[in-house]
Amino acid sequence: MEIRETVSISHSSVMESASHRRARRRREFLIEGALLLAALVSVAATITILFVLVFESVGFFETVPLLDFLTDTLWTPLFDDPHYGILPLLAGTIVTSVVGLVVAIPVGTVSAVYLSEFASARLREIIKPVLEMLGAVPTVVYGYFALLVVTPALQWIWPELPGFNMLGPGVVIGIMILPLVISLSEDAMRAVPMMLREGSYAMGATRLQTAWRVVVPAATSGIVAAYVLGISRAVGETMVVAIAAGQNPNLTWNPMEPAATITAYIVQVALGDLPHGSIGYQSIFAAGLVLAVMTFAFNIVGHLMRKRFREVY
Amino acid sequence: MFAIECASAYRGNSDVMTRPTDSASSDSAGRNEWPKPLKAETHELSFFYGHRQVLKRVSVPIAESNITALIGPSGCGKSTFLRCFNRMHDLYPGTRYEGAIVLHPDSRNVLGREVDPIEVRMRLAMVFQKPNPFPKSVYENVAYGLRVRGVRDRRVIDEKVEQALRSAALWEEVKDQLSALGTSLSGGQQQRLCIARALATDPELLLLDEPTSALDPIATGNIEELLQDLKRRVTILIVTHNMQQAARISDWTAFMYVGELVEFGPTKRLFTTPAKKQTEDYITGRFG
Amino acid sequence: MIRRRKIAEALFKLLSLSALALAIGTLVLLFGALMVDGLGRLDWQFLTSFPSRRASQAGILPAMVGSTLVMLVTACVGIPIGVAAGIYLEEYARRTWLTELIEVTVTNLAGVPSIIFGLLALGLFVYTLGLGPSILTAGLTLALLILPVVIVTTREAIRAIPVHIREAAFALGATKWQTVSDHVLPYSAAGILTGVILALSRAIGETAPIVTIGALTFIAFLPPAPVTSQPPYVSFEWLMSPFTVVPIQMFAWVSRPGEDFAANAAAAGLLLVGMTLVMNGLAIYVRYRMRKRVSW
Repeated sequence: MEIRETVSISHSSVMESASHRRARRRREFLIEGALLLAALVSVAATITILFVLVFESVGFFETVPLLDFLTDTLWTPLFDDPHYGILPLLAGTIVTSVVGLVVAIPVGTVSAVYLSEFASARLREIIKPVLEMLGAVPTVVYGYFALLVVTPALQWIWPELPGFNMLGPGVVIGIMILPLVISLSEDAMRAVPMMLREGSYAMGATRLQTAWRVVVPAATSGIVAAYVLGISRAVGETMVVAIAAGQNPNLTWNPMEPAATITAYIVQVALGDLPHGSIGYQSIFAAGLVLAVMTFAFNIVGHLMRKRFREVY
Repeated sequence: MFAIECASAYRGNSDVMTRPTDSASSDSAGRNEWPKPLKAETHELSFFYGHRQVLKRVSVPIAESNITALIGPSGCGKSTFLRCFNRMHDLYPGTRYEGAIVLHPDSRNVLGREVDPIEVRMRLAMVFQKPNPFPKSVYENVAYGLRVRGVRDRRVIDEKVEQALRSAALWEEVKDQLSALGTSLSGGQQQRLCIARALATDPELLLLDEPTSALDPIATGNIEELLQDLKRRVTILIVTHNMQQAARISDWTAFMYVGELVEFGPTKRLFTTPAKKQTEDYITGRFG
Repeated sequence: MIRRRKIAEALFKLLSLSALALAIGTLVLLFGALMVDGLGRLDWQFLTSFPSRRASQAGILPAMVGSTLVMLVTACVGIPIGVAAGIYLEEYARRTWLTELIEVTVTNLAGVPSIIFGLLALGLFVYTLGLGPSILTAGLTLALLILPVVIVTTREAIRAIPVHIREAAFALGATKWQTVSDHVLPYSAAGILTGVILALSRAIGETAPIVTIGALTFIAFLPPAPVTSQPPYVSFEWLMSPFTVVPIQMFAWVSRPGEDFAANAAAAGLLLVGMTLVMNGLAIYVRYRMRKRVSW
């Protein structure tokens, strides 16, 4: 197509000049570049996290065979006879997280069902900010709470409970992840179409029956996604366990005993003065790598489930 | 014949350019139905959303200092057609144009690959279906087009803002509240504010996309009156879902149906003696 | 039959209200415990003193100054980058693999435990870049930590601006950046501000990453002042200064045996909770005001 291409004639008194246009294009280009650069910071951060963890862990695994790391039942890197078995730390992390979930899942699910299906708009207006506040309290304050309020309270029930134990911090972790679990599973339930509820009511079901037999099953994958993201948060929680669960690696599944978690170990080493490049320094990166892999896995599963759930409705 | 002259600009193919009139009414109205002088014209304009073709080789002339109305049932592509003129579709991925939209007198193809859409938008102005003033003051709403063009002189801006508000028949109502939020005005006032905003930059062509569909009858009447006054100064292309409106205010009417131009002609002739059965069915209310 | 259903429903309501009461009760108990233990300790002496071996003489001044300076760095770095990234993703990015990658990493960073950011900072800022356990390191670490929150809330705020406002600006000949800076950003400022406040309130209470970079727990001095009497009158020496922050100070006191230090910890906790609640309240207020104002 041979369209005549003449130079644009200025018809109005407010046309932009050619130099103005060139400057404008250059400015737009530079701004877009700068914004892209800012967006790439998160890519860079992710890559750097992986790189730092893997790089230092490689140094660690040059000294410690991977098999020992995964099977040894002792974690005593700072002793004269060092053992590097991740199992005790892993057990501590798992026990505190499980205690947390035992609290958060039933309480969170019941609360979410209530908020989504029963509560009045006014009650929701009150509860929501309270939950937000609960989620905003700094973790170090929760650590204080676990050590000096919850554990003494539990000792009142079980006098033989030691001052450092996994039960108290576990319960507190459960309360800490409650806002996350409630808001994500409530979102999932509210996304269930009204049509399904109406169908159930039309057959004579009560609100309660509709909630548990129609809404919850329909929202299952969204609710489970909320649990999974809650687990990820519990596994990575640091200050509560560092303060209240004790600092000694202890391979036990009994929540009444004290034990260190992966995160608590990292804090303990960081508080000391370990020389850069020593095996002790490298060991916190190896522990961090295990933690990162666990949380990555839970996050990916959680987000995939959420995405699938959103696609359904 | 202007049509032939103009068509010669595109490899001299006269069949193409006469398409809207030749088969439809070559005898009754003939080529003298072709308006002149032209402010713009589309040449075999096609438009695609992904693989879906929304406009099919539409050729329409836009007469200078006239009002040209686009009518047709909803979904016929008339808004899409309008939004090709200032390349609004460029804002969204997966859209594609074919053909040409030529602006006169410099015969610039708006859709040319090397043409910057911003350069095009600086020559044209658009008013949307729903009044969309910025949540800024009345003054800043009208001044925004000037600021974008790099005008800094306060006196020039003051003058242009007043001029534009007068042209949009809004000055008397807002002159004491130029610093009030544009969004605080009534619906009809908001739409006139949007027209003032569009006029402040002296556009060559004013595009209106169903500008009265969100307004009550009184506000609609005001705007229709305003357009009649404006056409002496600026060429107007208006999309309307309301046939009576097209009949009342326009000089030329194009009837579109499922992405194709069915008939184009002087408004009076098109509404009294439509050349095509489809046009007749539409304007007599048999469908649409 | 109907009676049984009614009883079941009532029981469920009781159950769920007690579940919610657990949440509210925890909050009340938490504040109560902090108040009982710490309120008596929270006086002028406490706010203006340096740490001490004797609990009753110890104070939180260096930690307060440290927290303020670290937050300053975090805000100056994290907010512009986060807002810019949010603008890019919402207004500029086309659907490409790169955009996909950026979005995945943002979601991923949001879920990374904060202590992992500490390990990143230890390996990158402290040793590789040689910044040491300084205010700058801590500020940068927390900036990365809040990045996902700032990005996500910026995107949400921007998305709430209706498309017809953008189209009006483009139709007048505005460029993309003019549309963003003249319209999109000003109209979404309140929403972005909400997110920024929430992000900073999270950062101010963060402990684990700062412990990991090796912040000291016993600081008996203040960082060099940012303003000097000699030309050029401003100094950035404080950026490289060792420091402590309020949550670390609290952690140090919690970890020490003895009721006296527990009282100090509680007082620090009150300060921390007070700061985060004020910031959260501010965010809720801004959001509320915004909801009332905007009607597109």
